[in-house]
Amino acid sequence: MSPVNRREADVRRILEEPQPPVPPDLYTEAVRRGGRMLRRRTFARRLMWLVLLAATVALVVWLSVAQPWVEPPSETTPPLTGW
Amino acid sequence: MRERQASRNARRAREFEAFVAGAAGRLLHAATLLTAEPPDDNPRARRLLTASLAHTYAVWDRLHGEDPYDRTRQYLAVRFARGAWHQYGGLGRPYPRGRPDSALRHLTPQERLILVLRMYEGVAEEQAAALLGLPTERVRAICARAMATLLHPPRQAAPPVAKVVPS
Repeated sequence: MSPVNRREADVRRILEEPQPPVPPDLYTEAVRRGGRMLRRRTFARRLMWLVLLAATVALVVWLSVAQPWVEPPSETTPPLTGW
Repeated sequence: MRERQASRNARRAREFEAFVAGAAGRLLHAATLLTAEPPDDNPRARRLLTASLAHTYAVWDRLHGEDPYDRTRQYLAVRFARGAWHQYGGLGRPYPRGRPDSALRHLTPQERLILVLRMYEGVAEEQAAALLGLPTERVRAICARAMATLLHPPRQAAPPVAKVVPS
């Protein structure tokens, strides 16, 4: 066994030694927090779609009302009055 | 629609429970090594692991065949690196002295992180370097220094000379 391998084996042995006990509520706590993250993401995704849909509807309504592609009547010539 | 959602939730919960039952012990040990806490009093390691497992649970349906253990370990490492950066003003400063009764108490958070990834988890140098955003040579040097410190802990002063050993 080369010195480098022996050093690595020593380090691995030191790292392996104490095994901490797993707390019993780890799974439930992780599921609770993970589930909350999932629900928040679902909510945010739905909210985004809703906003996008509302913006599209608003744009269509505005376009149909204002019709900005129609050339506006000329307003540069002042009306001829009083002669 | 609702039934499909319910069955997916049930399947995710079942698979995740099996994963936690198999992987929690090893991951908690790794987290405890990272935080340099004693094995029977490791609140920070537990918080770290709970957050990582919660993240894994949240992305469970989008893993697409990726190893959940690998994913959890990555998240754990990155979260620890970020936490060490914010709490202790950088990865280079050692953990507050005195309290931890751990073999790794003389190492800095960054040395512990790289040592645990390389030696305990057996992550390849290139992968560890990519995960932490460091050059591979730097990871090798930090790992060698951490091993030297771990095998020959300093008495009080006189930090050991960092030796670069090709591993």
